[in-house]
Amino acid sequence: MTTADSAASQPAAAPLSAREVSVFFPVGSQVMARVQGDERLLRAVDGVDLEVGRGEALALVGESGSGKSTLALALSGLQPVNSGEIKLNGTTVGARRSLADRRRVQMVFQDPYSSLNPRLTVGSVLRELLRVHHVVPRGEVGAESKRLLTLVGLPEEAVGAYPRQFSGGQRQRIAIARALALRPEVLIADEPVSALDVSVQATILNLLASLRAELGLSLLLISHNLAVVRHLCDRVAVMYLGRIVEVASTEQLFGDPRHPYTRALLAAIPRLAAGAPDAEAPAISGDPPSPLNIPAGCRFRTRCPIAQQRCEEEDPELTGAAEAPGHLAACHFAFTPAPPAGNGLARAGEQA
Amino acid sequence: MSAIPLASEPGLPGAAPPPTAAPRARAERGEARRARRWYSQPALIIGIGIMAIILAAIIAGPLLSPYNPNAQNLNATLLGPSAHHLLGTDQLGRDVFTRLLYGTRLDLRIAFIAVLFPFTLGIILGSLAGYFGGWVDTVVMRVVDVVVAFPFYVLLIALVFVLGPGERSIYIAITLVGWVSYARIIRGEILVAKRQDYILAAQSGGLGSLRIMRRHLLPNVITQAIVYSMSDIVQDIVAIVTLGYFGLGVPPPTADLGSMINDGQNFLSTHWQLTTFPGLVVVLVGLGLSLIGDGLADILRPGQA
Amino acid sequence: MTAPEETQPPGTQPAATGPAGPGAGPAGTVLEVRDLHVRIASRQGTVRAVDGVSFDVGAGEALGLVGESGSGKSMTLRAVLGVLPPEARVTSGEILLDGVNLVARTQRELNQIRGTKMSMIFQEPMSALNPVMRVGRQIAEGPQVNLGFSRAKAAERALELMRRVGIPDPERRFRAYPHEFSGGMRQRVMIAIALSCDPEVILCDEPTTALDVTIQDQILRLLARLCRESGVSLVFVTHDLPVVAQICQRVSVMYGGQLVESGAVSDVLLDPRHPYTLGLVRSAPDFDYVRESLVPIPGAPPSLISPPPGCRFHPRCEFAEEDCRVSETPLRLLPGGRATACLHYERVLDAVAADRAQS
Repeated sequence: MTTADSAASQPAAAPLSAREVSVFFPVGSQVMARVQGDERLLRAVDGVDLEVGRGEALALVGESGSGKSTLALALSGLQPVNSGEIKLNGTTVGARRSLADRRRVQMVFQDPYSSLNPRLTVGSVLRELLRVHHVVPRGEVGAESKRLLTLVGLPEEAVGAYPRQFSGGQRQRIAIARALALRPEVLIADEPVSALDVSVQATILNLLASLRAELGLSLLLISHNLAVVRHLCDRVAVMYLGRIVEVASTEQLFGDPRHPYTRALLAAIPRLAAGAPDAEAPAISGDPPSPLNIPAGCRFRTRCPIAQQRCEEEDPELTGAAEAPGHLAACHFAFTPAPPAGNGLARAGEQA
Repeated sequence: MSAIPLASEPGLPGAAPPPTAAPRARAERGEARRARRWYSQPALIIGIGIMAIILAAIIAGPLLSPYNPNAQNLNATLLGPSAHHLLGTDQLGRDVFTRLLYGTRLDLRIAFIAVLFPFTLGIILGSLAGYFGGWVDTVVMRVVDVVVAFPFYVLLIALVFVLGPGERSIYIAITLVGWVSYARIIRGEILVAKRQDYILAAQSGGLGSLRIMRRHLLPNVITQAIVYSMSDIVQDIVAIVTLGYFGLGVPPPTADLGSMINDGQNFLSTHWQLTTFPGLVVVLVGLGLSLIGDGLADILRPGQA
Repeated sequence: MTAPEETQPPGTQPAATGPAGPGAGPAGTVLEVRDLHVRIASRQGTVRAVDGVSFDVGAGEALGLVGESGSGKSMTLRAVLGVLPPEARVTSGEILLDGVNLVARTQRELNQIRGTKMSMIFQEPMSALNPVMRVGRQIAEGPQVNLGFSRAKAAERALELMRRVGIPDPERRFRAYPHEFSGGMRQRVMIAIALSCDPEVILCDEPTTALDVTIQDQILRLLARLCRESGVSLVFVTHDLPVVAQICQRVSVMYGGQLVESGAVSDVLLDPRHPYTLGLVRSAPDFDYVRESLVPIPGAPPSLISPPPGCRFHPRCEFAEEDCRVSETPLRLLPGGRATACLHYERVLDAVAADRAQS
């Protein structure tokens, strides 16, 4: 990208970036809510800044209720946002994306059994996309479909087959082929291997890694499995209740986590070599608060072992420190030399 | 049913195995089962048999009977069954058997055509309502509510009365009343189907709404509507016969099962065959089509795709 | 591992080789499964879902049963509890609970045993709990029906159990419905129900697969604690290797309806003796060992209707030899309380050593 790029404010604009993005879902009857003056909102995504660099693999990690899937849908243009902006190559895109913009970001979904139309052959799905977007000249559509299948390791004859003739892992490959048909710049993969058997996951993960290398693709990987993330991604963003609470390179995040939630998440991962846990207390107690009722101040304070008075009053910003470039955390005590001692808040206070 | 030639290929690097042998085998069994079922489904066979016989009879109509269905012969009124008149004659000397053949043909034709219009209209409106939601959905569903509030026959008879008797009125009336069932069925199916990931994928691929509805959604949701249309034809036949009975159907002297039943009812005690046989035909046709509908429903049951 | 109590070879007892030895100690075998065969009738043929599986569980011990889909692990569990689907039947073998063979029992006798001596927790708490019955009543139901408790006494017990499994504010939650609970809390409710009649064995069918990592951590620790405190035994079915490492002392690996390896958890997972186990370990991304690339297992799981002759894994095995295609492969005991079904397990040893040298 050169500086001649009109809308970009700086050279080499990121293929995909989000600023202050929020997605809310109204809950309950709207009419009643307006009458009573009390609109209940489910804040699925609550002010997220994110950037996926060219050729980079960024992981979006979080548990249920973190908003990661909603954010993924919003970035793909499948979910309208309530506030904030999403930019593709530095240009803001609105709710309705142009065909050209749609091509830039493509998505692979979690469930291999519902992500392919059962009534269409693999070939017809690919050909339709290729034709509508004029990716290749009309005459080459068939050849291009076969090429895509070969790219993901499936035989050419697959063009004439229906999804039901394939296994889960194969379907995911087809889904990847479909996503790649439009030659996107960014591939968003929402838990692409969670629904697959362990030994099959490896093939898909290897495929994603090699495609990244071959095509220079940017990858946004949504996953709850940190082992997968560590294996595949350069940078990791951790989400909690609709907000990003920590961003860092993979090694930085796993080696030196700064946010208490990240630390808890890492401590909770079952390890092959660890054996049964000695400590009685789990990494984190209680349940996460409901996204309908996000705690004031820092949203993690209700389960945080080091929560202080300040955390109830001030919502921490995602900031970094000079000594750790590229590492951001949304905690008042992330980079302080001596974080306050645990006050037993998380142990004692179980969340309803 | 072609098995999975791709997965078992040994050369494929890390060819992904199916997560369970069972679901794949089950899907294959489902295919085989469905193909086999076509022949072994008793309901379907009997239903098809009945309809085949009836259709053969009415198609061969002119060959089976030399009489003109409307030809009156006032010298030969109310004759019983005989070699010349298989089912006798009615009060105007017309051959009952011939009238039965032509009447059935007419009513069946009207019914089959009549079902197409509500089918089409209902699917279109139901798809729009289900896919777009919002005010489109609200408007369509409120209209549905209004139509549904009236009993079917009340509305039907009122409409035909206003429009005047005749074939065209029947089509219009049935369409205006019958589309709602299809709309509801399709809307419900689409509400569920549009949440599937493959629809999201199509949207993310920039495909337009109309294309998605036509090519991606409809083939997956239309089976329920087809199954319903079978029972709808039966309902339409009964409706047409009823209209004919009330003299609101095809105007006389055209042979029509409903008017035949009406004409014959004055002679029930003496010449019961005038009313009974048309009635029997209605029952048989209804039975045949219902059985076909049942058989189709079993075959097209979702979850075997 | 069909060793009955008296002739147990040295080292096959649940030894304290795992980092967390069971509190109750190897006081004897509580559950023993011998040569279990489960067949499922289907139009394509008979599915040999479980084909000669044997294992034993000692008091207070947690045994892991690991495998992918189609390995037969869930069917095994259901056969043990007696809740097989209608098309499936136990065609041979014995299931001994405290020495009593369950296979021969009638439904009524099984009902008595289920809930009192043996219970199960499932993967999806939402479908395992009755959505229209209050949670407290569901927990109290077991003691009421099976132990003859009065309503008040059963309610008392339910409250006590809720406290024990860590449900906060139990007095108020007693009257709540399942949908008012989060996933982790529902799982705790299910554990409370499973504990309600003081069983000797709890069968766990992937209980944490549907849970978030932090909640899974809570539930696993809870189960480990309960195991220790009350001496209840666990049979823990999962496909997730690290989870097994968290909670079990011993593990058996299943493939194609058969057992292919068993032993202490750390032995089997870190130092496998069967090519399939090795393949599983190599293909799963582990948080602590970041390999250069993951090595998937080529091929597809075997058809359970007409499985390959000889070793069922041989079509996908890199070490396969001629005899693997013909000979039967029962579990053979190895020193150190381990067992493997592989005829050439030394190859696996070499491969493991090579892996280690590389990393």
